[in-house]
Amino acid sequence: RFYCKDRIIFVTKEDHEAPSNAELVEDDPNDPYEDHGLILPSGEINWNCPCLGGMASGPCGQQFKEAFSCFHYSTEEVKGSECIEHFRGMQECMQKYPELYPQEDENESGPSGGDDTAPAEPSNTDAASVPDSSVDEVTVAGTENAATS
Amino acid sequence: MFQCKTVWNKMAPLARASSTLCRQSGKREVLRHVRRPVLAHQALMSSGATGGGMENTLYVLLVGATCLGGGVFVYRTLSRDKARYDDRLSDISSRWSEQREQGPAQAEPQQGAAASDPPPASAMSPVEPALPEVPEHAPYLLIGGGTASFAAARSIRARDPGARVLIVTDEADLPYMRPPLSKELWFSDDPSVTETLRFKQWNGKERSIYFQPPSFYVSPRELQTVENGGVAVLMDRKVTHMDVRGSKVKLSDGTEISYDKCLIATGGVPRNLQVIERAGEEVKKRTTLFRKIEDFRALEKVSRELKSITIIGGGFLGSELACALGRRSADLGLEVVQMFPEKGNMGKVLPEYLSNWTTEKVKKEGVTVLTDAVVKNVSYKDGKVQIRMKDGRVVKTDHVVAAVGLEPNVELARSAGLEVDSDFGGYRVNAELQARANIWVAGDAACFYDIKLGRRRVEHHDHAVVSGRLAGENMTGADKPYWHQSMFWSDLGPDVGYEAIGIVDSNLPTVGVFTKATAKDTPRAVTELSGTGIRSESETEAVAGAVAGAVAGAAGAPAPPPQQKEDYGKGVIFYLRDKVVVGIVLWNVFNRMPIARKIIKDGEEHADLNEVAKLFNIHDD
Repeated sequence: RFYCKDRIIFVTKEDHEAPSNAELVEDDPNDPYEDHGLILPSGEINWNCPCLGGMASGPCGQQFKEAFSCFHYSTEEVKGSECIEHFRGMQECMQKYPELYPQEDENESGPSGGDDTAPAEPSNTDAASVPDSSVDEVTVAGTENAATS
Repeated sequence: MFQCKTVWNKMAPLARASSTLCRQSGKREVLRHVRRPVLAHQALMSSGATGGGMENTLYVLLVGATCLGGGVFVYRTLSRDKARYDDRLSDISSRWSEQREQGPAQAEPQQGAAASDPPPASAMSPVEPALPEVPEHAPYLLIGGGTASFAAARSIRARDPGARVLIVTDEADLPYMRPPLSKELWFSDDPSVTETLRFKQWNGKERSIYFQPPSFYVSPRELQTVENGGVAVLMDRKVTHMDVRGSKVKLSDGTEISYDKCLIATGGVPRNLQVIERAGEEVKKRTTLFRKIEDFRALEKVSRELKSITIIGGGFLGSELACALGRRSADLGLEVVQMFPEKGNMGKVLPEYLSNWTTEKVKKEGVTVLTDAVVKNVSYKDGKVQIRMKDGRVVKTDHVVAAVGLEPNVELARSAGLEVDSDFGGYRVNAELQARANIWVAGDAACFYDIKLGRRRVEHHDHAVVSGRLAGENMTGADKPYWHQSMFWSDLGPDVGYEAIGIVDSNLPTVGVFTKATAKDTPRAVTELSGTGIRSESETEAVAGAVAGAVAGAAGAPAPPPQQKEDYGKGVIFYLRDKVVVGIVLWNVFNRMPIARKIIKDGEEHADLNEVAKLFNIHDD
């Protein structure tokens, strides 16, 4: 069928087997406009990274930034070993807001809950739970983005 | 004593004037007498014309009159001052008592927001005259308490340590996300969902539609003094006037707040059909304009109590609500009708063949879809709302939902002296989202210049997040233009889900590359696999990807995969403008948004779009 302005192409798997010859423009890693990940090209931490969620902007944001900066710039053998005080300060602050920063064991119950409710595809939920729990460790349940790709 | 000083000050110029007058007249007298013997002839001077005695009396009278006038003037000024002083005092004391009443009232909505949370202590503590409830100055003032505003607040706090951010909203709720109101919340099994506004994901994770619980925020009262700053939300307050020259705004109750940087994120108000506006009270009270939490609660109640609901509008909101209600229709014995002027659902977004296909799917959800329906007249008769269409068809229903678009809120344009765009509506801003010095606009209300795609105004959730975040960055000195293209998505049942990016207008020529779908390619399968929530590429808020989840939970069996060749199960649709791809729809193809974004960013002319489609690996799982 051929609509005047809307073209339709049906393709099989074989049709798409050959690699694409479409040309994409090369990305500039130092593009000032682009959104960057956690670490900026300058080496600094991008506190506005969506991956951090609300950690740097919440009530304990100051403590989090201090602890994480200390860790990031740490050159010790055991990275971050000199930052214990900062992390302790951060943890103390977080304990004051249990709602915003739920404790570790609550996070771990999430993926196991997934196992129970999806008996048909246990391998898939297992795969899903691993990235989920690592994301949870960095981030706060309920405020964080889950990986989409 | 103060009064004496005022009197003296007010008297001083008069005293000076009268003393000068005395001195001058005295001097002239002396001079005249001294000079007369020297000069024989002398021009007659008005001051020394007549004889001595007459002059003295005149002077006495003049000085006396002046003193009397001065006295009267002083008395009147003092009494006016006192009156003004008394007024001011009574004003302040009345405002105190008003705020004291509002204080406990504000604690309630916060309690309602998250049932188990204790309200912030400051809302319940006695009012201290030292700290006013509304701060007089906010370094960062955000007008509007929606998605864009919250994203900006978060961005500001991340970049400016210790920033003090004040959000002013006319709603009674803390910032929340809108998409679940027409999707996930309807699929929740929890009967108290209208209270808690929480929903469970397929993998068990639950979350609230509120971006953050109340404990995240500081109270407006403490904003100026709290260590390390914070974000405060002032609810139930509308900004009615903006004084850009003085860098301050005025609220509906007269309170003024000055700012350093201001963001306008006022969003919009749902449009209504003229025929309903004119139809009278009985019709209007049976009509819902859907946007806020209270609209969701009202419609949810209606869906349980009434027998027939008609949705007017075939776009995103209308179709999503139709599908959500359609799913409940069997259980509740509810008739769901959807009507719109286009030929098919999403007629303005999807090319005709896809729009038709979508309409069939919506019908399968239990919705009676009436296409090519232009509403001519709405009336209330015999206990039913009667909708008469131009072609003569009549629909009799109990309740109407009008989902016919959004009117951007530009109420502050006049007082602030901001430009409003005549093509798209909304405040006109540049590529950096700036309207004027120190004023930015983000979200639904911003008509901005997109460097790649031209001037536009976007009404999607992810755009609110992206533009809010960008505005926050620019308010803290970044000066970056709109560059990261926002996306949007929609799920219309367990079999139809798509993500899109760029300009997706069905008037543009399109090229669609399709393949057969398997059972693995539906939204349900995707959420099972990745355990993800809202498919927002800006990755700010994760929410349950529920459509599929709830259905699978209820039914337990996967839908059979589409069989026919012309069943548009899975594919990519390119929207072209002057041979350049300006928009892409990923049809039942997920987790490919970065590639789509790249193609639009490049803005290249591609000779063969099938080759471009290969980049998406649509056959892969």
